Order: sequence, then structure tokens, then C-alpha cells
Amino acid sequence: MTVREIDSSEITRVVRELCIDINYNVPEEMVSLMREAREKEESPLGRQILDLLIRNQDLAAEGEYPYCQDTGYTVVFLDIGQDVHVTGGDVYAAIDEGVRQGYSEGYLRGSIVRDPLFDRKNTGDNTPAFVHTRIVPGDEIRIQVDAKGAGSENMGKHAMLKPADGLDGVKLFVLKAVAESGPNACPPGIIGVGVGGNFEMSAVLAKKALMRKVGQPSPDPQIAELEAELYEKCNALGLGPEALGGTQTVLAVHVETMATHIASLPVAVNIECHAHRTGARVI
Amino acid sequence: MAVETLDDGRKRITAPLSEDDVRELEAGDVVLVSGTIYTARDAAHKVLIEMLDRGEELPFDPSGQIVYYVGPTPERPGNVIGSAGPTTASRMDRYTPRLLEIGLKGIIGKGGRGPAVREELKKHTAVYMAALGGGGALAALQVRSQKVIAFEELGTEAVRAMELEDFPVWVVNDCAGRDFYAETIAPWRRNGLLPEDLHFVVNSGDKGNGGGT
Repeated sequence: MTVREIDSSEITRVVRELCIDINYNVPEEMVSLMREAREKEESPLGRQILDLLIRNQDLAAEGEYPYCQDTGYTVVFLDIGQDVHVTGGDVYAAIDEGVRQGYSEGYLRGSIVRDPLFDRKNTGDNTPAFVHTRIVPGDEIRIQVDAKGAGSENMGKHAMLKPADGLDGVKLFVLKAVAESGPNACPPGIIGVGVGGNFEMSAVLAKKALMRKVGQPSPDPQIAELEAELYEKCNALGLGPEALGGTQTVLAVHVETMATHIASLPVAVNIECHAHRTGARVI
Repeated sequence: MAVETLDDGRKRITAPLSEDDVRELEAGDVVLVSGTIYTARDAAHKVLIEMLDRGEELPFDPSGQIVYYVGPTPERPGNVIGSAGPTTASRMDRYTPRLLEIGLKGIIGKGGRGPAVREELKKHTAVYMAALGGGGALAALQVRSQKVIAFEELGTEAVRAMELEDFPVWVVNDCAGRDFYAETIAPWRRNGLLPEDLHFVVNSGDKGNGGGT
């Protein structure tokens, strides 16, 4: 068996490039979905707003002004192949160095305070990143970076439902979360839903659901059907673009599930705004 | 007169605003804000209120003025500012009544306000307006100048005097107590497709921990 060596400076380089790129260029599916929403929107004010948001998307892509001034929490999904040996230093320090360089060189806002309670001082460079690591087969490292705005993140909801609440209970919980997020989550966005696992796994699943290519249905037909139903019902809520009324409240609903306990039905809703900024690279 | 009505119905405003000016601004109006406004968000509000508690003079006199809830990205060389869209207003709900008491007349943010702030806006004849949430790049184009005037150590959260030119906003909560979000969402809710619990739920910023950006 051979072990592939990857220098930690490669991780820094990729994180730095992704931080800059995603804050100016949203994924191409967001470009097309926003334009589709513009065609589907029935409210005249909603259409005007979508026109503005599309202009904002185009302007950001020119590379002068980030899409949104909230350049987010830097969330990193790190999949390390088990046949990789990282050399040259600490992996997490390498990620933070990438964030530091990317946020500084990309003229991005540092939005992280070093302590939540006693010393809310801005770290200035958006570190630390919040990293989810998985060991996977293979000899590559996959890095997905997400710049997650707090306006939508703050509207997230979590509950330990009862098994008797069932599918209907989950649907109601998701719809209430979206209804209550109102304008704060900057619709139209993406709804990430995590069901199952335990307390924390459901929340991570909800975030993972947002990392999927936007609008791509779950490979599980039952879940894909649930996603389609929730998409239709979220849009029936009438929030519309910027929650000023309309038919286009969400661009997609993504649901991820996993095994859970006989006594539990954990559910988490992680809401993403129209400024969905994510990208991935493989080293 | 600090309020000018344009041919297309939009209204152009420039601070300072009098109570008569505020009365001309109604929920749903599209307003173009020009002239000098002041920026402050979470950390700056906390310090401003602490200063008021100690009886100190604020770095700017809020009387008749407009405060914009924004924390811009750093400006590139040659640019006036970076991205500069609004942040969630309801996080400032706890601080807002104190500033209205000493004469603040206009607020720009995004999202709804809680019932207490809506009541205070009526009481003090002031107006809350929303800018395009997440439209930070477009917002930057309407900023003509900016200067940090206080709390420089807060970085993006410092208080700035900012000069705007035709910065577009919607009036959300006017001084008559109307709430534009509630009015615009209700007609689009398709109750037939929704569980009964959701037939009448209309968020106006009263719930949750208050958003971000």
C-alpha cells in the first residue's frame, strides 16, 4: 500500500482560493435558479426584487464587491482520504491560514468574535473556520468551503420530536421554521433539513444538506418526493423575495436522513439565503 | 423640505427629518435616501446605550437623523466602500427605544421589528425602512463617502458618517403603525396547501434570536 503525501500548504492554498472565489461568484446553479424564480414569480414587486438580486449577482461576479457584506462564518467540509499523509504542519492551522489569507487578500469582512460571552472581540481575519472532518477511502483530500451568512443561520431551528409526530410532524416543523424566518433569512433561499441521528447529528445533516448541488434531488425516491412536497408548500407560505410577498420563497429544499434511536425523531432546519456561497476542490 | 415626491411616486429624503417629514412616509413607499446618515450595528449600539446610561454625549446627535444598520466589507484601493447591505434590524430592538427617545427619526435595516419597537416608532413619530437584504454589492454603488467617526476599534462595526445618493429602501413600519411585511405576505399565502397551524402565521420579527448579516 502506498501513502500519498500532501503538504499542508496545499490545503492553505485551496482554502484561500475558495474563500475569495465563492464570495464573488455564486455556484452556476444559483445563477440559473434565480433566473427561473424570476420567470415563475407572480408578484410584480417580487419580480422587481429578483431583478435587483440578479443584478447584484452579476455585479459581484465582476470581482470588485463581494455578493454580500456578510461574508459569513467559514464552514469547511474536509474529506481526507485514509491513504493520505499530510506533511508540513497542522491541518486545522493550514485551513485557518487559508481563511486568513483569503479574507485579507479578497477584501472580505472578518465577522467572527473570539468569545461568545465574555470578550466579543472580532478576530479580524474570520478565523477560526468551523471544520467538519471525515476520513474517507482513497488518496485525495476534498475541501468544500461555505461562506454562511448569519442572517439565515440565526433562523435555524432544532427539535427532538417524538416518533409519534412522524412525517407530518417533521413537515410542520420545517414549514413553521421557514414561515418564522420571514425577511431575516433573505429569501429566496435553500432549506437544509436533517432528520434522524441524535441531537448534534441532525444539525450537521441539515448543514450537509445545504452543501449538495442546489436543486439536485435526493437519490432516495421517498426523500426526493418529500423534498418536492416541502418545496411546493414552502412557496405556498407567500413570503416571496425578501419576504415582501410572492410565490418564490425557496429555490430548493434538501433533506438528509440517517438512522436514529427507537425513542427519537431529531429534526434540524438550516436555512440558507439567496447568497449561497460555496465551492469545492479536490487535492 | 426633506421629503421630495418624484414623478414615479418614489420619495427622496434627506436628513434631518422633522415629524412632518416622517408623516409623509407610508408603509410600502419606495424611498431614495440621500445625504449624510450614520451607521451602527450590534456592538456600536451596545456602547452608545452604555454612554447614554452614564450621561455622556454621543459621537453624533441622533436628533432628526437616520441610522443605517450595516457592517461593510473593507474597501478596495480606489473604492469608497466595500459591500454595504443591511443587517437584521430586530437584533437592535433592545436598543432602539432609547435612541428614538432622543430624537432619532429614521432607521434602515432589513427584516421586521418587534411590537415594542413598532409602538415606539408611532409614539415618537419615526420610521423604519428596509434595504435590499443580501444586496451588498448593489448597495455599495449608492455610497458617495464614508468616514469612521467613533469606536474605530470595532472595525466593521464602528460608527461611520456615510453620504448616500439615492439609496433605495422600502418603508416597512411607518409612524401610523402599519407593517409592510404583514400586508404584503398575507395575500400570497395559499392556505389550501398548508397545515392549519400555518394559515395565519405572519412573521414580523417578533420571534427567534434575531437574524444576522
